[in-house]
Amino acid sequence: MIEFKNISKYYHGDCIALKDVTFSIRPREFVSVVGRSGAGKTTLLKLLLREEEPTEGKILVDGRSIKHLKEKEIPAYRRKIGAIFQDFKLLPNKTAYENIAFAMEVGGRSEQEIAEDVPQILSLIELVDRADNFPCQLSGGEKQRVAIGRALIHKPDILLADEPTGNLDPLHTWDIIRLLCRINELGTTVILATHDREIINALGKRVVSLDRGRVIRDEENGRYIV
Amino acid sequence: MFTSFKRIIKWGLTNFWRNGWLSTATVSIMSLTLLVISVLLMVNVIANTVLENLQGKIDISVYFKLDTSEEEILKVKSQLEKLQEVENINYVSQNEALIKFKEKHKDNPILLQSLEELEFNPLEASLNIKAKEANQYASINQFLEGVYYKDIIDKVNYLQNKEVIEKMHKIIVDVKTGGWGLSLLLALIVFLVTFNAIRLAIYSSREEINVMKLVGASKWFIRGPFFVEGIIYGLVATIVTIAILYPIFYFTSPKISSFLPISDIFSYFKANLLSFFLLLLIVGVFLGGFSSLIAVRKYLRE
Repeated sequence: MIEFKNISKYYHGDCIALKDVTFSIRPREFVSVVGRSGAGKTTLLKLLLREEEPTEGKILVDGRSIKHLKEKEIPAYRRKIGAIFQDFKLLPNKTAYENIAFAMEVGGRSEQEIAEDVPQILSLIELVDRADNFPCQLSGGEKQRVAIGRALIHKPDILLADEPTGNLDPLHTWDIIRLLCRINELGTTVILATHDREIINALGKRVVSLDRGRVIRDEENGRYIV
Repeated sequence: MFTSFKRIIKWGLTNFWRNGWLSTATVSIMSLTLLVISVLLMVNVIANTVLENLQGKIDISVYFKLDTSEEEILKVKSQLEKLQEVENINYVSQNEALIKFKEKHKDNPILLQSLEELEFNPLEASLNIKAKEANQYASINQFLEGVYYKDIIDKVNYLQNKEVIEKMHKIIVDVKTGGWGLSLLLALIVFLVTFNAIRLAIYSSREEINVMKLVGASKWFIRGPFFVEGIIYGLVATIVTIAILYPIFYFTSPKISSFLPISDIFSYFKANLLSFFLLLLIVGVFLGGFSSLIAVRKYLRE
């Protein structure tokens, strides 16, 4: 489903973010990409979201190189991939409901679809009673759940999670991880980038370890060893 | 397509409302811009009226010798009328000159009595000539100095008034050019201030623009609400400006009219209210919309 083929990314000519990264991810897989800060996890996800382009190599999604996506095709491509981030990236002037509905609106979905789907997602993330709250009125865990709700609204095949628990306390952290596992069980490929040893070791899923831009380990039922 | 359009307008309106303080600040700055532009326009209108009034007061008079027949004078008049520079000519016959003289000096019985004692009318017939522009009197005077007219013209008062006319012309030209120059400069400054205020307002939303991109919004879906917000700034600022100008003109108009030779400014403002509103609206909406598009463009490219 996703193939990274000899991906290298350099910034300002000589700063190596990724070097010759090659691995693939199967449909419905739950993969954790781990490594210390600066190992290249976020860069890898940015390349997959087409926020940036690799300096060398190519990324294939469903057999198609995303390098060749036209400028106009990028919004539609991003709608097929859900993404959540450490800093939540919610729209501050929109309520929880509107943040999720906005993702449907940009995709041109009808008002009726929005009115049906958003409450369903809100109940999945257990935030029905917080629907009309603005992000500044929500806790960190609730914000991240809204972000997950927004990422799921298009029923994406892939969900990217870049340090989703970085800003959360342990209780909320496990809330989010459990939610990601549930989403994966429902059939979505999940790519989780984190440096949280405890989470990785408890998950018991595939782990791709990065160090200074290189893949140093790729194991099924892996553990966090750096 | 229509749904997207509707959503863009909805978000533009919602953002305007929810960014209360930012919207108020931006609208205030834009209102100030529109106020400055309106005042500049009004000052130009007033200056032009005053200048036209002054220009209307300039003319030259040609006095004909006493033995010149009316027929000859009218011939000169019709020839003068063929000149491009001439705006209009007023013929004052000997009799009319006498009547005017008597009217003017009715309180001076000695002067009138001495006039009675003369057995003829000593006043000369004249042509009062108004040129289209103040600097054209010299060429009209040159025409009158032609050999053909020398025998019938007694005097042309151009030479006596030459200095005044030229000075007046210089003042008129200077005030007009200076006024336009100053207006353009001020307009440019307030334009730039507004442009930057809107850019700053959007600068605070740069992270939001980035999030919209990540969620998969198309460029127009991101740009649209900001563009609508910019247009609303222009619309609200226009209404605020008119609401401020209306009482200002209402109260200052009598004062301005009392020391400047112009009629009521408030009536002028009221009569042209719609065109004034439309003009400000076009400036405001253009400035708001255009600044927003330029500002968003920067963050869309990042």
